[in-house]
Amino acid sequence: MNYERFLNPSIVAVPPSGIRRFFDLAASMKDTISLGVGEPDFKTPYPIRDAAINSLIDGETQYTANRGLPELRQEIAFYLMGRYGLEYDPARQIIVTIGASEAIDIALRAVLSPGDEVLVPEPSYVSYAPGVVFAGGTPLPVVTRQEDEFRLLPEDLEAAITPRTKALILPYPNNPTGAIMERKNLEALLPVILRHDLLVISDEIYSELIYDGKEHVSFATLPDMYPRTLTINGFSKSFAMTGWRVGYICGAPELLDVMNKIHQYTIMCAPRQGQIAAMEALRLGRENGYEEVVRMRESYDRRRRLMVSSFRQMGLECFEPYGAFYVFPSIRSTGLSSEEFCAGLLREKHVAAVPGTAFGPSGEGHMRCSYATAMDKLKTALDRIGEYILTLK
Amino acid sequence: MTRLENALLNLLKEDCRTSLEDMAVMTGSTLEEVAEAVDQLEKRRIILRYSPVINWDLTDQDRVEAMIEVKVTPQRDMGFDAVARRIYRFEEVKSVYLMSGSYDLLVLVQARTLKELAMFVAAKLSPLEMVTGTATSFVLKRYKEEGVIFEGEESDHRLVISP
Repeated sequence: MNYERFLNPSIVAVPPSGIRRFFDLAASMKDTISLGVGEPDFKTPYPIRDAAINSLIDGETQYTANRGLPELRQEIAFYLMGRYGLEYDPARQIIVTIGASEAIDIALRAVLSPGDEVLVPEPSYVSYAPGVVFAGGTPLPVVTRQEDEFRLLPEDLEAAITPRTKALILPYPNNPTGAIMERKNLEALLPVILRHDLLVISDEIYSELIYDGKEHVSFATLPDMYPRTLTINGFSKSFAMTGWRVGYICGAPELLDVMNKIHQYTIMCAPRQGQIAAMEALRLGRENGYEEVVRMRESYDRRRRLMVSSFRQMGLECFEPYGAFYVFPSIRSTGLSSEEFCAGLLREKHVAAVPGTAFGPSGEGHMRCSYATAMDKLKTALDRIGEYILTLK
Repeated sequence: MTRLENALLNLLKEDCRTSLEDMAVMTGSTLEEVAEAVDQLEKRRIILRYSPVINWDLTDQDRVEAMIEVKVTPQRDMGFDAVARRIYRFEEVKSVYLMSGSYDLLVLVQARTLKELAMFVAAKLSPLEMVTGTATSFVLKRYKEEGVIFEGEESDHRLVISP
């Protein structure tokens, strides 16, 4: 049977994830220590799990409102106001989604017409560019560089814009680089965004994971940005709740009403148990000052410092990332490409890291190492990477 | 207590073999600051000992433990402290706590055999003049100690590589 006739060529043309090949290789090997995991090594704090368990015992197994449980949306509104000074009306300005992933998807599908372009800083999370294509748009990569600490610069943004450019995805704190955008960095973008009348899709999923006294600035709080910003966040990274699949999107009711059409017809609602767990996470956090988040952040910070210091001792250039749980050292000094370096590291030393190129061509010369790994394993992995680099000399 | 001291206690509680160098890196302090802080924690008897968590059930050592609820008559002027002191000096006694509730002292006792342990209670603990009663419960199985779960390994359900 010739299936080509049935398939959509624009989807077929999207290359498979660069991570996939590495995954197959790494999964086939024993005693591999993986620094390639994009999720917390913590389990969801038990009180949160317990809330979901109890909801099952009580028979809470039904659909929820399309936009999510009203009590959860209320908690999200409290949280965004308390943490970042963002004001959203739970009734009209918040949709609970299946992870931040669905939020990105419905945002892109609601705003893009065929041929519309979306600016995507690069290197960045693997789903943005394909998401734009699936929504009928065209992704425009905007390169960020190590010497700028992988921050998005206004001149690079300006240079990439064409008359068809409609939106900017702003993914900070960033996966894979760990870069953050401080207030002054964000403010520098405002004239460009206003001049070209861009919609900003701010993916702030790592907003709780910022270190060394830095502060997360939510993009919608900047002057004039509130009406043109879609704020995306979720529970996966901050509360170690990846598998629950709960995120949310907030913004102008005029935009959310349209997104909600897609959401209600394709998804109906995020799973109830995930929503209940998320509600407990926020309620508990509000009561105890986000104790669990603080504890996890402190633990990540120690590992972050150890990793940066170790890479530098190995002679790898490594800028200090202040966000997420990734370090993105340069492996250029070894003379190998990212793919070669990571493949060799996996084969010789059984340590999995993700080649920078998986996050766009500008990731060449780097590898992404996640420090969401137990301290003892992390130390062993770093020792092995050090040994591997010595063999390359 | 300083921020650094609290951070060091957390690190050492997790792994008391963490080197001073690593702790300096992880807390963003100098080696000298960390060495000084650890020294102070030891001098102030906040850190009393560096000891591992051991699952004795997996060793070939004979070992029986019991928790003994002890009711006592407090001493004039000394309260429960004098009694506790008399009890904790016995080599078999691992821990002693003053408790709220239906009894006064909780005594954790360890011996090689059941008989040895029973003899300790009968011959040493119960005869103390201020002890008015004891109730002994033997430990059958330990599931979790010092925050460490004993059965099986905590499994990592994550994919080896994910975006």
